[in-house]
Amino acid sequence: MATAERTTGTPQPIGYSRTGLGRITQGLRWVALAIAVVLFLLPFYLVLRNALATEADITAPDWTLFPKDLQWGNVSELFNDESVPIARALWNSAVVGVLGTGGQLLLASMAGYGLARIPYRHADKVFYAVVATLMIPGAVTFIPTFIVVSSLGWVSSLRGLIIPTLFSGFAAFLFRQYFLSFPRELEEAARVDGAGHFGTFWRIVVPNSLPFFAAIAAITFIGNWNSFLWPLVIGQDSSSWTIQVALSTFVTAQTINIHELFMAVAVSILPLVLIFAFLQRYLIQGVTQSGIKD
Amino acid sequence: MSRRTTSTGIAGTTWSFWLFVGPFVIGLLIFSYLPILWSLVLSFFEAQNTVTPTKFVGVQNYVDMLTDDNFLSSLGTFSVFALFIVPLTFVLSLALALLVNQVKVARAFFRSVFFLPTACSYVVASLIWKLSIFNGVRFGLANTVLGWFGIEQIAWLSTVDPPWYWIPIITVRLWLQLGFYMILFIAGLQRISPALYEAAYVDGAKPGWQVFRHITWPQLRATAVAVLILNLIAAYQAFDEFYNLLGNVNFARPPLVYLYGISLGTIQDLGRGSAGALILAAIIMLVTLLQNKIFGFGKAGD
Repeated sequence: MATAERTTGTPQPIGYSRTGLGRITQGLRWVALAIAVVLFLLPFYLVLRNALATEADITAPDWTLFPKDLQWGNVSELFNDESVPIARALWNSAVVGVLGTGGQLLLASMAGYGLARIPYRHADKVFYAVVATLMIPGAVTFIPTFIVVSSLGWVSSLRGLIIPTLFSGFAAFLFRQYFLSFPRELEEAARVDGAGHFGTFWRIVVPNSLPFFAAIAAITFIGNWNSFLWPLVIGQDSSSWTIQVALSTFVTAQTINIHELFMAVAVSILPLVLIFAFLQRYLIQGVTQSGIKD
Repeated sequence: MSRRTTSTGIAGTTWSFWLFVGPFVIGLLIFSYLPILWSLVLSFFEAQNTVTPTKFVGVQNYVDMLTDDNFLSSLGTFSVFALFIVPLTFVLSLALALLVNQVKVARAFFRSVFFLPTACSYVVASLIWKLSIFNGVRFGLANTVLGWFGIEQIAWLSTVDPPWYWIPIITVRLWLQLGFYMILFIAGLQRISPALYEAAYVDGAKPGWQVFRHITWPQLRATAVAVLILNLIAAYQAFDEFYNLLGNVNFARPPLVYLYGISLGTIQDLGRGSAGALILAAIIMLVTLLQNKIFGFGKAGD
């Protein structure tokens, strides 16, 4: 029964689970957990089931848990359907995800380091100007930002999708807090060797902060990949749709079969499920360190 | 913050500071400060199908919005939504955290399962809900289950009386966000010192409710406040699931869907849209400040 989990969770007082009442509570707990697991996994199963079924199977009047036989051909059908620009949308999302995350990390980490470590007379004023933007609730800014971006002529372009999202006051704030607690001795050793701020940052600070970067990168990438409102506002023709805008448009326009749509959903979740599988430790760190998703 | 360092001179550090912070600050000015200012200006002007102010109208846009039944009813829709989603999320995510935290076998497995839906977008989840679970026809899962008990089919997303559409709207957000708040609660639970539980046991507190009431709950206060505030702010900004499940319908339209409709949909009235966005921002900021006042200040960060 021993688990490898290092934990400081609630210790069960000795003798507790041996009483009759304790055993019943324990049993109820497992029942609750089992029901919750089924409910949480069911939607994922439905995606797979519908993605690999025939249209007739999905719309059959009698609901079945398993499709009659698995249609692996649905994968190629999806990518060969020219009325549905799914490959383009996935590519756009990948570009937005990678460049958006990389750019945001670069800008926010440098700004955070500057604010935390480089002495400057007006540094506190700059810091307040950054923190003030945290007061503004993110989603209501879509109309104001659209006004600026459309006068730059960036509607329906990757620039318009990516650049306005790069400057996150919250990310800069998190990096500043993190760098404030970075061990000074390491930086001073580099300074003694003659490195300036720039060299110290890139050769000492960044390589020693990779887990923190990974945590922020993971939540930023997921946020970018899943974001919907801004891409919807800015992607006014199909060549600049991200995968989320494409999926949403297919549902409302009903130009696509249900099994094809679910195959597209399955493909769109795949990268994130992989991130969850391999980077979960960083993700959970990111969530608990920031306590905020976007 | 301006600490002295050893080597470089004042001019050198000023230059370094702006090398690090400058690009970010320029972007912030263009994409955070400029939009707000521009919106503020537009909100006092007539601006239809254009982003340049055309005719000064004073506070007319604000008066229009505050007397617009559709805008007011969108605030009403939000209130009903918040009334359901905030307490449900709070109680259920805390329950999941307590369950997972007390399990001794396969704890990482359970945590992962409940956290996994966070990987899905609102678009994806809405699509599963709309086309597979609550599609309102016989091959929908919800109606199939009801059928086992001999209950009539329900058109979940279009029935206004009784308002069945709240069930898909609420459950989709619960599925997506419970795991996220559960992680916050688990982190909070693990920060509680085991010594407190040992002391409670020695003092004869009954495990279960008594321990929860007198040890766990008071120690979780900071986390609980953070969860409430984050959750409420997120609810104010609900857009994706309403847009994808219901569309721009007048019976259940939260503020952002309405603002999207009037400023970027068929009508493009950026003057009124700006006024509405600023009113909404003011409301959210006010509520956040109020919550901070009520629950104690500045605890959301830890």
